[in-house]
Amino acid sequence: MATTTTSSAGSLRTYLLTRLLLVIPMVWILVTVVFFVMRVVGNPVTSHLSGHVPPAVIKAALHKAGYDRPLLTQYWDYISGIARFDFGKAETDNQPVTHLLVTRGAATLELAVYALIVAFLVGVPLGRVAARYRDRLPDVVLRVFAVLAYAMPVFYIGLLLQLLFAIKLGWVPPSGRASIEAETAINDVAPNTHIYLINAILYGNTSYIWDVLKHAILPALTLGLLTAGVFLRLVRVNLLQTLRSDYVEAARARGVPERTVMRKHAFKNAMIPVVTVMGLQIAALLGGAVLTETTFDWQGIGYTLAHYIEGADFVAVQGIVAALAVIVALVSFVIDVVAAIIDPRVRY
Amino acid sequence: MTTALPEAEALAATDLNVKHSRFPGMAAMRATSGFQRGMLVFGLVVVLFFVVLAVFASWIAPYGFDQTGEGAKIFPTQAAPSAQHWFGTTVDGFDVLSRVIFGAQTALEVVVLAVALSIVVGVPFGLLSGYFGGWFDRIAVLIADSLFAFPSLLLAIVVAVAISGGGSGKWSGIFATAVAITAVYVPQYFRVVRNATVAAREEPYVEAARAIGANPSAIMARYVFGNVVQTVPVIATLNAGDAILTLAGLGFLGVGIEPTAAAEWGHDLSTAVQNDVSNGFWWSGVYPGLAIVLLVLGVTLVGESLNDVLNPLLRTAKITKVVLPGRRKKGLMHAPAARQEAQPAATSGIEPGADPSAASGRGADR
Amino acid sequence: MSPTESVLDVQDLRVWYAGPAGPVRAVDEVSFSLKPGEVLGLVGESGCGKSTLGRGLMGLVPRGAAVDGTVTFDGTDLLALPRKQRDRLRGGGMGLIFQEPMTRLDPLMKVSDHFDEALRVHAPELKKAQRRDRALEALRALGIPPTRYDTYPHEFSGGMRQRIMIALTLALQPKFIVADEPTTALDVLVEAQILRILADIRKQFHPAILLITHNLGIVAEACDRVAVMYAGRIVEQGPVREIFADPQHPYTRALLKSTISLSTQELHSIPGAPPDLVRPPQACRFHPRCEHAMRICADQDPPTVGTPNHHAECWLLQPADDESRRPLTRQEVSVADEA
Repeated sequence: MATTTTSSAGSLRTYLLTRLLLVIPMVWILVTVVFFVMRVVGNPVTSHLSGHVPPAVIKAALHKAGYDRPLLTQYWDYISGIARFDFGKAETDNQPVTHLLVTRGAATLELAVYALIVAFLVGVPLGRVAARYRDRLPDVVLRVFAVLAYAMPVFYIGLLLQLLFAIKLGWVPPSGRASIEAETAINDVAPNTHIYLINAILYGNTSYIWDVLKHAILPALTLGLLTAGVFLRLVRVNLLQTLRSDYVEAARARGVPERTVMRKHAFKNAMIPVVTVMGLQIAALLGGAVLTETTFDWQGIGYTLAHYIEGADFVAVQGIVAALAVIVALVSFVIDVVAAIIDPRVRY
Repeated sequence: MTTALPEAEALAATDLNVKHSRFPGMAAMRATSGFQRGMLVFGLVVVLFFVVLAVFASWIAPYGFDQTGEGAKIFPTQAAPSAQHWFGTTVDGFDVLSRVIFGAQTALEVVVLAVALSIVVGVPFGLLSGYFGGWFDRIAVLIADSLFAFPSLLLAIVVAVAISGGGSGKWSGIFATAVAITAVYVPQYFRVVRNATVAAREEPYVEAARAIGANPSAIMARYVFGNVVQTVPVIATLNAGDAILTLAGLGFLGVGIEPTAAAEWGHDLSTAVQNDVSNGFWWSGVYPGLAIVLLVLGVTLVGESLNDVLNPLLRTAKITKVVLPGRRKKGLMHAPAARQEAQPAATSGIEPGADPSAASGRGADR
Repeated sequence: MSPTESVLDVQDLRVWYAGPAGPVRAVDEVSFSLKPGEVLGLVGESGCGKSTLGRGLMGLVPRGAAVDGTVTFDGTDLLALPRKQRDRLRGGGMGLIFQEPMTRLDPLMKVSDHFDEALRVHAPELKKAQRRDRALEALRALGIPPTRYDTYPHEFSGGMRQRIMIALTLALQPKFIVADEPTTALDVLVEAQILRILADIRKQFHPAILLITHNLGIVAEACDRVAVMYAGRIVEQGPVREIFADPQHPYTRALLKSTISLSTQELHSIPGAPPDLVRPPQACRFHPRCEHAMRICADQDPPTVGTPNHHAECWLLQPADDESRRPLTRQEVSVADEA
């Protein structure tokens, strides 16, 4: 038995190492694409300067930003910076991108976690229901719901929810992460995690905690429902497949009660592809986050990106996008690790 | 689920109709359950509707998309739906209905262009990469996978910003956006075509062709291409839906198409969120959004139904329960009747009263 | 044969399931019985309904299928039971060994988990350690060492997985086992191993077994009695020795003739194609392919003739001297053969 365990642990190690080695070229490709694409437009430096700018000013700005150096030197600086997790500074307000990532990124992280919770709590159980009542009314209704969730742009869901629950009914605030009062208070907390919920808990005022949560409901629902639709269809399809599988039939033949068959055999096996797809969903989630944050004035990294786009500060845009590329790659790597640990069959 | 009705004369039936028809697609179509067929029809109707809107926009729309007045009269701003403005007006005084209609035009222009470009770039690349393999293929796959793993909206933003940073006006905006969307989806076409090519390359008949020394491009053109090309329409329709959403996303963020150059649904939603929602004015956002949802729904349904119909494994045949007929009575001698075709009908629907088994009496039992 | 003697008594069983062209009459009025400890072989061509029969006994039928008849297991009519009760008999009372072992174990569960789960259901009075002991004992009988108990299915070969499946079935100590072509997917050496193990199991556990196979060699070696199935019906059944020595039904004779052995001089095959189970041939289902077909064979269902121990369904066994016994002409045969 000892030999078996180390060999399977060894192959797990090999798999993870191989996976990690793949991440690096992928990230490199992405940031390189971003770099060159941004250079195509001419120069991103002065694009935010509107009106007629004297050539001397342009030249000075270019020189200051280092854009008049040979391309390869710029590229080398860029890449080595990224290796040190330095993604440059915004042109318009001199904010280092890394700093933005920490402060604003936390907001996006908070939103993403809320959204994933909603997606899981809504999508997975509904997927099971849909599989159980296959082709009958509940299944049809749920599938329509899932397709609709996909077809609706995330900002449209946001707009509708805002109109109904915040404006017409007034149950929840329409935008922002917290009321001004709460926000100023909890940001004084040490350590400042920049995650409002944790800060509020640390601060210890229940009304502030409730305030933060109330502000989070609509954005979480918006971003979450979109992903819930994906999970629903995924769980449904996979569950239908596993319910038809040979080992399920064998378990039934052994007299294992149907409830246990559903829960232990069919469902657990069906969830593995879901975890794998989660990796891909991170990318979609980030795109959705940009749109959701803009709709709800949720000051995360997506909101920040939109802000810099509007201000035509493309140095910042480049930095943020490159940073996000790295983050996405790392996060999907982590998810692959989790998937590999869960499924004993997955080795490279 | 496995009940039997001992005395019933009724007949088992399934919904699949296996009559031969001139159009193999039609047989497959008929083989689908009602739900699937309904979805396909609905999707086609919706898509056609929007195509008509797009093509005939100038005639159908009551006003121009950036028209703020008619003659001497200036349109009210943020006006609720009325007889003059069925969908109300925006904060700038534009007619929402007209913008929705012209938005269809924009959407179709961009998406058709993007899908066409993606196919023109992605398919040949995929074919070449899949067929010749080697280092080129490995690198290409790595690049495609990297791009594929990245949030599509962000990639589109980067490309759109890069291209449109230069020019202005309708066509550079549309072109820029189309190219941005192309950049996002080329990896998908590439991957699918490449995988199909790799699979086709392993087929025995291709191997045979290579063995007799046929020219690689001839092999590709004759054998591989035909098989591979089948996968493209399905991806194209599924992609079109995604492309519309990406376009809307870009418009929402103010990237790509200048608002004065053309009407775009996503951009209108952005305006609505910033100006109208907080006041409770719903029409400027709800209608453009509805248009997006409908069109994406239509296109997706067509794509999925196409996929289901063409892929026989996914076709959900309706299974109706088998109902056992009564048993043949033992001990009866059967009068020699004509040998008929009297067999369980293969047509859909239950035929009450039909005796399925040619009622021959049983001989002496044991 | 009184029902109280036999472990399993099947009367006029029908299992029809839904197919694209109409209902498939996979099992069309089949009757047989099994005494405790007896092994009944069920042979036939692919697609004759043997698998459906085996599964039908367990209640594992496809969606939309219909079952009727009487299946008396240990004195209880299974088909009259409410579904939940019948399901509970599975595993503990009746076991099933599947054909394809590679995919029959849950990839996420260790072998030990499989045993633990099954024993928890059927022997709830056992404690965890006792369950483990029972499982290891069954595995040992199948030649699997205890060191491999806590491993995942994908670490085993096909032959070993089949042995694990058999051990899993046996650990529940069923009175009756359906073995659905248990060695078809395995290579010859492994097949021989498993057959040897089956013989040992018979000595040790005495289950009644319905051994489904298309291989007459296995029947000769492992079975006490054999039932020959064709187009959803059992055309002949009896003790193995008798049937091999003196087959009554033309199909049985043809099957035996077509098996290959060292003494085979030339190859024989049965003319025609396997029957369509949606539109089976009229009256005697074998008549389109039978070289002795008579007029009456295409017209009326053949009677069952013979002793309760060994009987067959064939008009040849009930000779008469009239028009109906004239041979079926070539032309008519081909017309009826359009299944």
